[in-house]
Amino acid sequence: MKGVVLVEQDVLLTMRGICKSFPGVKALQNVDFTLRRGEIHALMGENGAGKSTLIKVLTGVYSKDEGDIVLDGQTAVIRNPQDAQNMGIATVYQEITLCPNLSVAENIYIGRGKDKSVKWKKMYTEADKILENLDIPAKGNMQLGNCSLAVQQMIAIARAVDMDCKVLILDEPTSSLDEQEVAKLFKLMRDLKARGVGIVFVTHFFDQVYEVSDRITVLRDGQLVGEYLIENLPRVQLVSKMLGKELDEQEDLRAEHPAFEQEAGAAPIFEAEQLQSNAGIYPFDFYIKKGEVNGFAGLLGSGRSECVRAIFGADKVIGGTVKKNGKKIKIRRPIDAMKNGIAYLSEDRKSDGIIGDLSVRDNIILASQVLKGFMRPYSKAEANKLADEYIKLIQVKTASRDTPIKSLSGGNQQKVIVARWMLMHPEYLILDEPTRGIDVGTKQEIQKLALQFASEGMSVTFISSETDEMLHTCSRLIVMRDRKVVGELSGEDLTSNKIMSTIAGGEDK
Amino acid sequence: MKTVKKIFSNQIVIPLAALIILALFNLIADPSFYKITLGLNSDGNPVLTGYLITILDSGAELAILAIGMTLVTAASGGQDISVGAAIAISGSVMLRLLCGPTANSQTLLMPIACAFLIAMVVSMLFGAFNGVLVAIFKIQPMIATLILYTAGRSIAAWINQNQLPVVVDPTFKYFGGYIPGCPVPTAFIIAVICMIIIGLVLKFTNLGLYTQCVGINERSSRLNGLNPTFIKILAFVIMGMCVAVAALIKVSRISTINYSVIAKDIEMDAILAVALGGNALSGGKFNVWGSIIGAYVIQFLTTTLYKFNVSSVALPAYKAVVVIILVVASAPTVRDKFAELSKKMKSKKSVKEAA
Amino acid sequence: MKKFLAITLALVLALGLAACGGTTTTTTDTQDEDEATELISVAIINNDPNESGYRTANDNDLKAMFTEENGYSATFYYSLKNDEQIAYAQQAIQAGVDYLLLSAADVSGWDTVLQDAQDNDIKVILFDRTIDADESLYVASIVSDMDQEGVTAVEWLESQGLEEYNIIHIQGVMGSAAQVGRTGALDDKVAAEDNWNLVVQQTADWNAETAQQIVQSVIDSGESFNVIYAENDDMAKGAVAALDRAGITHGVDGDVIIMGFDCNSWALEELLAGNWNYDGQCNPFQASYIDEIIKTLEAGEEVTEKTIILEEKGFDATTITQEDVDTYGI
Repeated sequence: MKGVVLVEQDVLLTMRGICKSFPGVKALQNVDFTLRRGEIHALMGENGAGKSTLIKVLTGVYSKDEGDIVLDGQTAVIRNPQDAQNMGIATVYQEITLCPNLSVAENIYIGRGKDKSVKWKKMYTEADKILENLDIPAKGNMQLGNCSLAVQQMIAIARAVDMDCKVLILDEPTSSLDEQEVAKLFKLMRDLKARGVGIVFVTHFFDQVYEVSDRITVLRDGQLVGEYLIENLPRVQLVSKMLGKELDEQEDLRAEHPAFEQEAGAAPIFEAEQLQSNAGIYPFDFYIKKGEVNGFAGLLGSGRSECVRAIFGADKVIGGTVKKNGKKIKIRRPIDAMKNGIAYLSEDRKSDGIIGDLSVRDNIILASQVLKGFMRPYSKAEANKLADEYIKLIQVKTASRDTPIKSLSGGNQQKVIVARWMLMHPEYLILDEPTRGIDVGTKQEIQKLALQFASEGMSVTFISSETDEMLHTCSRLIVMRDRKVVGELSGEDLTSNKIMSTIAGGEDK
Repeated sequence: MKTVKKIFSNQIVIPLAALIILALFNLIADPSFYKITLGLNSDGNPVLTGYLITILDSGAELAILAIGMTLVTAASGGQDISVGAAIAISGSVMLRLLCGPTANSQTLLMPIACAFLIAMVVSMLFGAFNGVLVAIFKIQPMIATLILYTAGRSIAAWINQNQLPVVVDPTFKYFGGYIPGCPVPTAFIIAVICMIIIGLVLKFTNLGLYTQCVGINERSSRLNGLNPTFIKILAFVIMGMCVAVAALIKVSRISTINYSVIAKDIEMDAILAVALGGNALSGGKFNVWGSIIGAYVIQFLTTTLYKFNVSSVALPAYKAVVVIILVVASAPTVRDKFAELSKKMKSKKSVKEAA
Repeated sequence: MKKFLAITLALVLALGLAACGGTTTTTTDTQDEDEATELISVAIINNDPNESGYRTANDNDLKAMFTEENGYSATFYYSLKNDEQIAYAQQAIQAGVDYLLLSAADVSGWDTVLQDAQDNDIKVILFDRTIDADESLYVASIVSDMDQEGVTAVEWLESQGLEEYNIIHIQGVMGSAAQVGRTGALDDKVAAEDNWNLVVQQTADWNAETAQQIVQSVIDSGESFNVIYAENDDMAKGAVAALDRAGITHGVDGDVIIMGFDCNSWALEELLAGNWNYDGQCNPFQASYIDEIIKTLEAGEEVTEKTIILEEKGFDATTITQEDVDTYGI
């Protein structure tokens, strides 16, 4: 079902047939995007959908391979960010790109260089006027660094507005703001909308999209899924569009493996109560039983990784308790979790998983070695034996155990990391996106391994962006939205339909 | 073919080759370079003399410092430039303890071992100070150690109130000279002991693995249960221990100290030794033996230049030339080229043979 | 947090420097206005007192003289680098001192800044070291005649009446006045006499360990030598350490004549014990001469002698007495 084609009136910006590819990747394929005067237009999509590439094409950071951009009825040639700025396309990024040690007024006027001599007094009064006009609680002579993040964000917007921007792109503007700050920002966005500015809003917070946007464009895998009026697109539909699963396909996607046989009254091996970390998630409860495979479901940025990181002590825990077999345990750092038999395969393999320059052998033995102790290294023979054993067991394709892990393919690197944690013989294994960016064959092997471990009595938490994978492996799913746990699904409820509707929340029909 | 590539990819090859080239050069220029004679020193003890002995003796401090510098480099991805100043402090502490507050005691005020151990503790504390700046406050190692580099020699002078203590006791000379009855320079023996200790530590603990992990990927290391902060500080503390040992040899050589010139610029030589040893100055994987050989390459070069009467003003220039050649030769890209080249030559040869 | 860190670091650095007198120490106290005007303000630019025993003695001598009790308000600047010293001189000129006392690290480069001083009516007195600048730019100089030190030493060496002089010549930091003066006389003599040879002429940068390595290298080469002419005591000590380890005798009745300069107490002790043969004095006690000149100028009189050359001795191991050690040792 494609988006409704509306009668075009008051169109501000049209991007037609945009293509952009990078070596080996087609980042954008024939994407259309239309922005109207005085609307807030949400741009949605999962990781790799092409949102940021599209924005970078629009702002001149990347040059497009094909396609046209029409701004205000004229074909626009955007070769660099300066061109975009001159045409009235302004961007405010998630990370504030202003200078915190300059004054607010300086930040509004910096780098615009119309007159060479600075008239300080004039600059301050004019800045004050702009700020007052937009109802931003700041003064021109304040130092920017002393303002709150939200105000800084708004000042960045004010700067854009004062440059007569017609198109304002807000890239994840709310991710470091609290609720009140978000409310203020939204008020400003609505004001600008009333003045006829076209706003492109990129975010992964569902509630925010539905609160403030007029229209949604969904991208997936570099292609346009469609453009929708907000009232025509229920949340569950949006999730299904983003994930690429039409709602009526789902019945056959019910979990295939025998559901986890819960022993009557079996006590959980690990449980967390009101656990909270400094990574911005709301306190959550969690438990897992021996031999169970469960998972955290949710969209990117919903807080799935943050939850397991809190359990493992990877982020700073600021509240709540963790119990093992009913007894309270203290996990402050990863080593504490490891000592309690928890293993964590992290989401970002490259920066949080592998030790690139070290050999496959050293990467395999690392966690067990750390657990064994500083003064008790494995002998070379032992290490070799263990490495060979696990290379064979998990079928890592490597020239030898001495090969640096960085020269392996992504899938094999991942297997090495799986081997590392298996060697530790954990009671509880957390797999955070273990299959991302690896080939299909290896993906299935890793899923099988997870199930095999569970059948041997290990508890496993499996996190994946792909609903199919979760359905294949997990017998219970904890669903997250906007950094909160919003539901738990098991048994009959384990269908992709149900998962998507729970993720979407809101009008749960 | 594989072995060729393996040999060229081994990082020890370059410093070892440099050492051999220097040795060959001296052999051709003047074979008497290798003459070693057994004579008596002024105390009537048998001692070995000769250029080779001089190299082993004079290079001892640098070899010891290279051990510490290798660990610091590997763990923190930066270098400690306060080594020379730290040696001044450590040496000053030793002399202050041995000669007393007025710096003129004719007898030792405490056993040398005792003074040495206290100086080592002081030196480890200064190392820990550097380590804390680097590991906890995340300051670039060079910048963090710049503090001690700037202030260290003045602190050393202040410890002895700017006086010049001279140790009269002859036993104090043993560490930079000879132990009666042993014809091998003590400094070299101390260096060998240090090498054995680090060898054993690397074999029987996980210092090597942990240091490399932290140097390569700090975040991964943490998620594997390591404590990167502690390991970085540990590297700097070990550096402090090496500094204390080097300081003992340095002050023992002349039984006194000159705060502004003792161990001058030795940090640069130590960093160089690490680089010559084929270790990446950006941290990560390391080979401590490479650094030690690198240290002796530097000393071999210095002694050779002295032998040929190169003015010591011009010495740094000659060093620089050799260093440029070695560092370029040990760069991975050049090494790969070498391996490729020799592969080609070999295959040509085999073609010829076949024909 | 970052700010706090920056402040802490700055403090640590500042304390580190201030506590140890790394660069600048100010003994000027802003006291009552009228009291301050009575004091004669002097800026003293010297080399780093940690450089050598000589410098330490020199600095202590100056510090003892230019005190408030003696009617002075003194600011001390230390550096071994000429450009830093020039920068300090400019600071002092801006601060408007009455007198600028200077022991320059290098002989050249001072014309402009001294002209500045003159234009600002600041009187410049050179001590310890002379510079290449017009005489009109300073009112007086109290210096050691390094050339004379060299000549005295070489004359002494000649008086030893050796058949052949095979000399290891260890020089100080090249270009410094002490090195130039002490080298000059020896170079002239070696050029003039057939039986005087330089086995090795190397700089050891005033550093004992480097001197040791240089002498060690000569010993290893097997070349024969009978004189070590080291341009300061530290380097002589390093050289002797190398001889000791090769079992080569030195000093009175020894095979090798040892010569040093500066007259450190410990060096004179070596002379007294007969381990060394000669030590040339470099008189660090200039403060009383400077004081006298300033008093003369303040009284409105003219300085009669523009250049005062300090009296300097050379000590021979065979004639030195304990009294000499106590009097002239620094």
